[in-house]
Amino acid sequence: MKYALFPGCASKGATPELYTSTMKVVGRLGLDIVELEAFNCCGAGVISEADPDLAYTLNARTLATAEKMGINNVMTICGTCQGILGGANKNLQEDDALRDRINRALKDATGLEYHGTVEVKHLQWILVKDFGLDELSKFITHPLNVSIAPFYGCYILRPSRATGFDDWENPTSLEKLIRAVGAYPVEYDGRTKCCGFPVLLEKDQIALSMVAKNVGEAKEKGSDAMVTPCPLCHMSLDIYQDRAEDRLQQTRPDETLGVPILHLPQLLGLAMGFSPKELGMKRHLVSTAPLIEKIQ
Amino acid sequence: MRVKLTVQKFNPDVDPKPYKKDYFVEASRGMTLLTALLKIKAEIDGTLTFRASCRAAICGSCLMQVNGSQKLACKLPLKEELEHHGKIEVGPMANMPVIKDMVVQMAPFWEKIKAVDPFLMTKNGVEVPTEALKDLHEKLHNADGCIMCGACVSACTSFEVSRGFLGPAALAKAYRFQADPRDQAHVPRLEALQGPDGIWDCVRCNFCVQVCPKDVRPMEQIVRLRRLSIGAGFSESVEARHITEFTKVVGDEGRLNETLLPILMTWGNLKKMLRIIPLGIKMFLHGKTPFPFKRVPGRDEVRAIFKRWEKTK
Repeated sequence: MKYALFPGCASKGATPELYTSTMKVVGRLGLDIVELEAFNCCGAGVISEADPDLAYTLNARTLATAEKMGINNVMTICGTCQGILGGANKNLQEDDALRDRINRALKDATGLEYHGTVEVKHLQWILVKDFGLDELSKFITHPLNVSIAPFYGCYILRPSRATGFDDWENPTSLEKLIRAVGAYPVEYDGRTKCCGFPVLLEKDQIALSMVAKNVGEAKEKGSDAMVTPCPLCHMSLDIYQDRAEDRLQQTRPDETLGVPILHLPQLLGLAMGFSPKELGMKRHLVSTAPLIEKIQ
Repeated sequence: MRVKLTVQKFNPDVDPKPYKKDYFVEASRGMTLLTALLKIKAEIDGTLTFRASCRAAICGSCLMQVNGSQKLACKLPLKEELEHHGKIEVGPMANMPVIKDMVVQMAPFWEKIKAVDPFLMTKNGVEVPTEALKDLHEKLHNADGCIMCGACVSACTSFEVSRGFLGPAALAKAYRFQADPRDQAHVPRLEALQGPDGIWDCVRCNFCVQVCPKDVRPMEQIVRLRRLSIGAGFSESVEARHITEFTKVVGDEGRLNETLLPILMTWGNLKKMLRIIPLGIKMFLHGKTPFPFKRVPGRDEVRAIFKRWEKTK
């Protein structure tokens, strides 16, 4: 199966280690991938707050580009892109009047038209369903043997009418991948909660409370690291973890956090034998050194 | 079929903390959770306490947490839930103080509904022509479908960490009146919603959309309130600028420029800017600050899309 890779702004911006680790992993697995090099932002749910039709047209451009290339599977590597692009796709496929309206604008501006033939799938889903866990296990050369807390993020699960891969109440795909790399998934309530990223700059007290709550809970349950399929969750949980720890210590002075946050391809890459350097682990703000030491 | 229900029990007058108790009921075809609870109360344990009224998913009284999610007991087929989860675990709504068993204190919920002035406000009784009400139901986007069950507030991740937040139910109710052409208090109501616990506290996590039993989609109503706010001129806050500057940056460059956006958002707000500078330096040192002046492929097509919509609006 051929996939058009939609890298998303974060993997080409503030989390470049997501892009490099993805390319290492999909290359090793032999997935047939063509990158959408002239991709545009999915809108991240923000542009639709300003203008929903504009956001639809931007996403229709992505979908129409893949269609024009003769590829009807778009691969995302960001949970937010998956939710926004996938949700837009679903609505464009199901609502003829919406698709006609958006196509008129898209055609005027770019000459492109979307016919509704594309599926949008996150790498996480592709590995579990299309590629298969049995096939994946053949590439696992360095089983990790550590405890990993899955952190799904919002948009890969909700609203379920637009996503629909996992059971939103009790998702399992991330746990399956954690087991596939020889690690142990940690059970905790925070795994399907919000990371706080959408309000990091505006309402940092809310965001920091969310980081402290989720990371604190994962740590309490014995996690050596957390893994997420969303680079925005990664940014929130990694970059803001020290501030969240400060906030936590205002009420509980002895508590510390310091939990490394991995991108999904980094977790897979470590178990496939790629070096931490190849996977960009030094770019994280929370040190991954204790985790690396434990798995080596 | 004999079904086990694990129910959280708690009477703060006598119990030091909540505990779980198992009950077994013979589940008939189509039996709902509420019917099972009523049967337990009548035949096994008269102390089991919960609210229920209409038994038809209209009154919203019997909202509780079932297997960790917010559900109306009267609408939930016992066997389906058991098939889905392999267990039935029942507890009170989250984010609300528990009075006894599944009964929670709803007073803070109602206070927040009251706080958004949930009624039509007109000036001197001036009437709006009937034609203006055409398609009103569609314009409300089902915001008037709310049965005040509290599912959205119980599931709200923002409310979980910030109890001052007005919450999805109250804000969806506020939108219902903002969208009504008969209301003449649009600007003052929007102004009140700009406060520290108002529309900008929503993190768009979609939990409220997911759990609402009436498809009110409160988060979408909050998004509409934000759009109305910016349209009404409440556009200078960091929150509003997140939307307008994000959109402008993508319109100009085709993608999000993560180096530039925080600067544009906080421009003129010294306190916020000072808070992000150390973080920016840390990110730069870890190679997480992309070069801000890169021209990306596809930019011209994106600009053309923006221009196309600007022309028609």
